[in-house]
Amino acid sequence: MFRKIILSAATSLALSGASLAAGAETHIEDVTFSFEGPFGKYDQLQLQRGLQVYTEVCSACHGLKFVPIRTLADEGGPHLPADQVRAYAAGLDEVEALGVEARPREWTDNFPARAGDGTGPDLSLMAKARAGFHGPEGTGINQLVRGIGGPEYIHAILTGYHENPECAPEGIDGYYYNTAFGAGAIPDTCKDDHGASTVPGSWIAMAPPLSDDVVSFEDGSPATVDAIAMDVSAFLMWSAEPKMMDRKQAGFVAVVFLILLSSLLYLTNKKLWAKVKGKTVNL
Amino acid sequence: MAGIPHDHYEPKTAPEKWLHKRLPVVALVYDTLMIPTPKNLNWMWIWGIVLAFCLALQIVTGIILAMHYTPHASLAFASVEHIMRNVNGGHMIRYLHANGASLFFFAVYLHIFRGLYYGSYKAPREITWIIGMLIYLLMMGTAFMGYVLPWGQMSFWGATVITGLFGAIPGIGEPIQTLLLGGPAVDNPTLNRFFSLHYLLPFVIAGLVILHIWAFHHTGNNNPSGVEVRRDSKENAAKDTVPFWPYYVIKDLFALAVILVVFFAIVGFMPNYLGHPDNYIEANALSTPAHIVPEWYFLPFYAILRAFDNTVWVVQLVEFLSFGIVDAKFFGVLAMFGAIAVMAIVPWLDTSSVRSGKYRPMFKWWFALLAIDFVVLMWAGAMPAEAPYSTIALIGATYWFAYFLVILPLLGIIEKPLPQPATIEEDFKAHYPHAAE
Repeated sequence: MFRKIILSAATSLALSGASLAAGAETHIEDVTFSFEGPFGKYDQLQLQRGLQVYTEVCSACHGLKFVPIRTLADEGGPHLPADQVRAYAAGLDEVEALGVEARPREWTDNFPARAGDGTGPDLSLMAKARAGFHGPEGTGINQLVRGIGGPEYIHAILTGYHENPECAPEGIDGYYYNTAFGAGAIPDTCKDDHGASTVPGSWIAMAPPLSDDVVSFEDGSPATVDAIAMDVSAFLMWSAEPKMMDRKQAGFVAVVFLILLSSLLYLTNKKLWAKVKGKTVNL
Repeated sequence: MAGIPHDHYEPKTAPEKWLHKRLPVVALVYDTLMIPTPKNLNWMWIWGIVLAFCLALQIVTGIILAMHYTPHASLAFASVEHIMRNVNGGHMIRYLHANGASLFFFAVYLHIFRGLYYGSYKAPREITWIIGMLIYLLMMGTAFMGYVLPWGQMSFWGATVITGLFGAIPGIGEPIQTLLLGGPAVDNPTLNRFFSLHYLLPFVIAGLVILHIWAFHHTGNNNPSGVEVRRDSKENAAKDTVPFWPYYVIKDLFALAVILVVFFAIVGFMPNYLGHPDNYIEANALSTPAHIVPEWYFLPFYAILRAFDNTVWVVQLVEFLSFGIVDAKFFGVLAMFGAIAVMAIVPWLDTSSVRSGKYRPMFKWWFALLAIDFVVLMWAGAMPAEAPYSTIALIGATYWFAYFLVILPLLGIIEKPLPQPATIEEDFKAHYPHAAE
């Protein structure tokens, strides 16, 4: 049986060459979140702080269009009181549709989308649409051991802004140097003879969104760039995978009962075949 | 079921006799379940039941998903998110379905390689093998179209690349591609017809599965020794076999339960590991992903497709000899489908009179190399098409063809097989000396 498990591990490695780093080498730090591992749970207060960061900072340019607002009241999520969520919904942009009069946003609606000049990608699924960890060499071992690294990627982007490197002190006009961003432009002066980048990361269009105390948390939590980035990354993981805890519980129960079933079937099988194999079994 | 002599169903009570005279359906079920099965089957014979389970799982979860999914280019992605967030248990059903496809292919590859090692494709089981290959082809088509339905970036660009393969066929390629897509490019008509076919093909597969089972129930199962069950008398047949129920039903269910432990651990704890993050970005015709990578189960054949570029001398020669009709792109497509075709016709390529690889000392090593080759190709398919990966893929692809077209035909002539047991009973007793008569 073990051989099969090893085999399955070996195959699953081969496969997720899935996500190869595109473009430049990036630096993604493996930070620890409360929801990691088979028993990890979302930290309700952290999700509430993350919602505040999203509302006060990110939502100016980024939508959250796949997330129903009412799910903010769901257990396992930010779990805010229902009346608070209703009030929050009413404070968001009105719902507009062609040929219909605009109406106030209800909590049964989704978060608003953002589109047009100067806006960024929708954040609903960002924590699942980016991989922080890759390889090595397309084997997927890092992703197997450390997870895919979506929230780590968001955290790394938010904390990855640095002064322009020496190879390009002027940088690129209108863009910002970020060591975690791999998909952006790189000045020619930062490339070697083969066109490969000599610096980690690349240049991103988003201006550094966070600074110390850009938000102030009611619960008195620290509001350093790193802490804010952690909170909003956790919130975006929840917005991408709101049923994570339900899923882990279902998975755990299924695994426990299947192990039990396997054991019973093993014993049944052993006893059943004993006669055919001429063995004696003591059960 | 013809073939191995055994006791058939006899209606005893009056209602049974009444029914049996009109529709012998109980006899069909009874004889199918009680079919004499070689008693020396090893653990590699469990994949059939896993595959049957996978087909049922995919059809059941798929039907539920179809109740909530919207096959429209501007609504599909959002409807999948609706399933993930608003449908009761929808996230589990979708993850079971998505990962179920991976389990399906994992099992089918082990099932195929089992057949290749123990010579399950050899006479008189060629039809079983060919039907199996048809099922595998339909599985690939179904899985590919299913992956397009969420309408993410990989869905869209995977569909663009794969349908583009048909466009490489000279002359008729472009009309075929247009027919597949329902227009000049991947768009709403593509999504609609893929959804329709993705719902249809599993039932075609189910029909072929019934033929597959019928075929090998008619010839009898192969077994690790490759020796046929004795058919001269019921007594001798009984010495070589056990009835499928309960012996193999319980054994297979045990194996299935163990495999499902791993499967549910993946679904519960890492359901997106086998997917691609880009597919959580909605399809965008204006933005091409940096690497378009198919799902893991297509990678070996994707590697073969890409291996034959126009720097390979064989490709250049063929292009020259065909006056440019077979260019590098078409050559790659031919190679990819050819890789499956040579596997499908292996019953007529393997010249050895010995069925099981256990008694073929040289074959064993070449077969092991083929299994390694398959994994290497899978890995090479995931890497960018550049040195050294393209060279590795080319070597891997060459070995794949060499194994089927050169090595297997030659081995049957030059190899000196080991002595085989006379009967399955003898093989079984070699493992279990105290086995009952």
